[in-house]
Amino acid sequence: MLLEFKDLRVTYRGSRGRLPAVRGVDLAVDAGETLGIAGESGCGKSTLAMAVLRLLPKSAEVSGEILLDGEDLLQMGWGRLRAVRWTGASIVFQGAMHSLNAVQRIGRQIAEPILVHEAKTTPAAAARRAEALLERVGLPASRARSYPHELSGGQRQRVMIAMALACDPDLVIADEATTALDVMVQAQVLQLIAELVTERGVGLMMISHDLSVLSAVCDRAAVMYAGRIVEQGPAGEVFANARHPYSAALSAAFPVIGDPAARMSPGGLAGDPPDPVRLPEGCSFRPRCAVAVERCGAESPELLAVPVRGSAGVADAARVSACFVAQEGMPVVL
Amino acid sequence: MTATNALSPRALRRARRRQSLSRSWAAYRSQKTGMWGLVLLGAIVVLAIATPVLIDASALSVTQATGGRMAPPSAEYPLGTDETGRSVLALTLWGSRLSLVIGLTATVVAIVIGTAVGVTSGHIGGWYGWIALRLSDWFMVLPSLVVAIALLAVLGRSMATTITVIALVSWPGTTRLVRAQTLTVQSRPYLERAKALGAGHWHQMTKHILPNVLPLVLASATLLVPSAILMESSLAWLGLGDPGVVSWGSILNRASENGAVSAHAWWYLLPPGLAILLVVLAFMLCGRALEAVFNPRLRGES
Amino acid sequence: MTDAPPPADGASTEAPSAGRAQSRRSPRDVNEHGERRVSSGFGRYLLKHAGGAAVSLLLVLFSSFFIFRLIAGDPIDQLTKERPVSPEQRAAMRAELGLDQPLWQQFWDYIAGTLTMDLGESFQYRRPIFDLIVERLPATLLLSGTGMVLAVVLGFWIGTRSGWKQGSRFDRGHVATGLVLYSAPTFWLGMIVILVFARYLGLFPVNGMRSPSTPPDFWSQAVDIGYHLVLPVLTYTAVVYAGYLMIMRSSILDEIGSDYLTTARAKGLRDDEVRQKHAVPNALLPTVTLVFLALGSVVNGSIVTETVFSWPGLGTLFVNSIFYPDRPVLQALFVLFSSSTILAVLCAEILYWFIDPRIRRS
Repeated sequence: MLLEFKDLRVTYRGSRGRLPAVRGVDLAVDAGETLGIAGESGCGKSTLAMAVLRLLPKSAEVSGEILLDGEDLLQMGWGRLRAVRWTGASIVFQGAMHSLNAVQRIGRQIAEPILVHEAKTTPAAAARRAEALLERVGLPASRARSYPHELSGGQRQRVMIAMALACDPDLVIADEATTALDVMVQAQVLQLIAELVTERGVGLMMISHDLSVLSAVCDRAAVMYAGRIVEQGPAGEVFANARHPYSAALSAAFPVIGDPAARMSPGGLAGDPPDPVRLPEGCSFRPRCAVAVERCGAESPELLAVPVRGSAGVADAARVSACFVAQEGMPVVL
Repeated sequence: MTATNALSPRALRRARRRQSLSRSWAAYRSQKTGMWGLVLLGAIVVLAIATPVLIDASALSVTQATGGRMAPPSAEYPLGTDETGRSVLALTLWGSRLSLVIGLTATVVAIVIGTAVGVTSGHIGGWYGWIALRLSDWFMVLPSLVVAIALLAVLGRSMATTITVIALVSWPGTTRLVRAQTLTVQSRPYLERAKALGAGHWHQMTKHILPNVLPLVLASATLLVPSAILMESSLAWLGLGDPGVVSWGSILNRASENGAVSAHAWWYLLPPGLAILLVVLAFMLCGRALEAVFNPRLRGES
Repeated sequence: MTDAPPPADGASTEAPSAGRAQSRRSPRDVNEHGERRVSSGFGRYLLKHAGGAAVSLLLVLFSSFFIFRLIAGDPIDQLTKERPVSPEQRAAMRAELGLDQPLWQQFWDYIAGTLTMDLGESFQYRRPIFDLIVERLPATLLLSGTGMVLAVVLGFWIGTRSGWKQGSRFDRGHVATGLVLYSAPTFWLGMIVILVFARYLGLFPVNGMRSPSTPPDFWSQAVDIGYHLVLPVLTYTAVVYAGYLMIMRSSILDEIGSDYLTTARAKGLRDDEVRQKHAVPNALLPTVTLVFLALGSVVNGSIVTETVFSWPGLGTLFVNSIFYPDRPVLQALFVLFSSSTILAVLCAEILYWFIDPRIRRS
């Protein structure tokens, strides 16, 4: 396993008390594999991304294990952690806006991690590599002398990708990497990410609230709700044939273009995600769930293998869902 | 909840205001340094108000002074005496009244000018707004002490001129702040609605813009008082204060004119200076706390 | 940032959120046409700001004429003091000073005179004011220059570290010290400094810039001046640095939640590298203008400091001219002090062009 979360929990200490943001996540990414993580705002998916390189604010308490190539990141000393940052795993931030330093030329920003991590590289060599990376992501090498504000949103996102690849990491985490872009540019950037992933064989953990983005790039997908994984499986299947009422609602929230049925009954979900300070008893999705049964109010469901419709009630080990209804083999959509 | 429904709009407004006031107070109370400043300020103001009761005004008279010339602290004169034999303690206490009055009055004048110019220039805009902005920028850049000295040198020394001059060099900061806030309020939908309903400029400015600007003005006023007090003391120390009154600056002016430093008369120098320091510090602490309450977003930009 | 972590700590209302930095910046950052690059904009930028400064300078000349010629009344009265003068003498003096000319002619002569460095003659010293200024300028520049450099360096150094570790013991201690020194009146602090270090301890000279007994060679003079410089610079720096500390601290606080700092951290930079290479350059931009805008207070401080220490500079000249009264000198120095702050702001604007790449776009 390239990256493995074992019972990861993150709690923020705030003025309102302790806010659990991630509540026991087990998840793994293989080398060269692409995993998508979906969920609405506040479900803890960005916290998960930031936890990998220990970039969470000081108010966050983290427990569990995060293994990168078998080494627990949470137990590392600062020196070792700094060495792992960007060389072991790098992050493509939502760079369209503020993730780039506004007063530094982008060439220097791309070359910076190379100089930090490879003591032998000269500044000139690092600059040449930065230019090569820019060309690889489809920007002219001359762009190295530009400042971030001189680039468009899509170009900045390409810069962020080039930067993430600077130290040849084994794992790239893309945190809402295409969210702020318009649709055409988004498609180009996704294409680029998909290409680079296959070309370089890096593992990719892609975080987005946009299912179409995830299904375009990822092999596997996990859906998060209120700090937990509620469903996991092959990306196309999770979104086409959800086995958790929340994933089903999430998929239905994106209308299918040209489908009159979708136009007549727009999908969506009433209510808001639960307040992390006051989570409901039992399944945390119950208050918004259309198919909840009595048991859902009493126990919190585990993530278990579920039978998939059409497979005659046989549980598929690749599909796991934290829903009692799905585990019974019942439909999760009314 | 029938009682609420029965309330007149005015009572409702008052209730809402009371509520927001108590919210602000709670936010203010959570700031420890701000509370310290408030306590300090309260103590100083009480002392200044009580001074005539504690010490008779005759203690300021040069002819009736009984102490020795620059005598060190003793049982009779806890803080020693000045060059004419007056008690430094009495001088310092009486001086607090004038320093506070001048500082507060000058600030009020500056705030009124600054708010009026700020609101009108932001609301009316156009040529008038442009000229008002340039003028306040110009005033802001000029060295305030130089302008104040020049004006006092030609206008003559009196309390009224001191207050005028300090107000004149202090208003542009408020103008800029208020103007910026006015422009923000201006772009909000409810002002659009008021305009659509036929509200005149006067109504828009007094009923909609001013109430939104006032909390900020209060915070910035609290930060203007200490600079007004410092300015007054500097001017009085340079000998440009009203010759007929006692302020902390004028006490220190006499002290340096009469060689208190070379006479090692620390008791003559320390009390008025420390008094200035404490008052200024108290206002600064309160002002910083108020600024954080009313304007957490604008910190450091005013 | 779809699921941003909750606010780090509700107790500190001072901490600006990342959202603030974003909202402040977004209009400048959003640029749909990445190709747009303006390189010839400097001329227009310079012209615009230099034009503004020129208008401000003209306004200074106008207001000085207004204050000293119109409000102040007839200078002949001051010049002659209580001496009895015949009407003929009076008329002669008026003619010599150009007071018999119409007002607009006087104003024009004044402007022309100022622009050609003909500032008139001092009543007190009976010498051209220009010579007086040239003679005393070095002392002022030495004192306020040294003091300002020290204050800026000290203020920025402490302010950066204070803001970076907001709420730490370092931060609280330095903010408290800074506030107390900032609250102390400059002249009083100077008097106390003289009392303690010169009178009681006898470590430094009481006032002035040099001792008459010092040998005239360069090194002895330099050491002597440096020795005299210590206390004034100490006073001046103590009062001024706190302002820079606060400015820099709040600038750093504005940057501290920014995403680009998270990027820098993720790249594996050390905390101090993140601070120095990323946070400080960004925080410096808004600070530079504020520092130059605060130059008025620098002039204020140096006038008072010079007076306390009888430093033979322009500030002492200004104060000594109040009571003579030497109006031509007051007027000339009023114009000089005011225009120097206006020119400093112009310098800041020009400097801004070179250090903030974002300005060059529009």
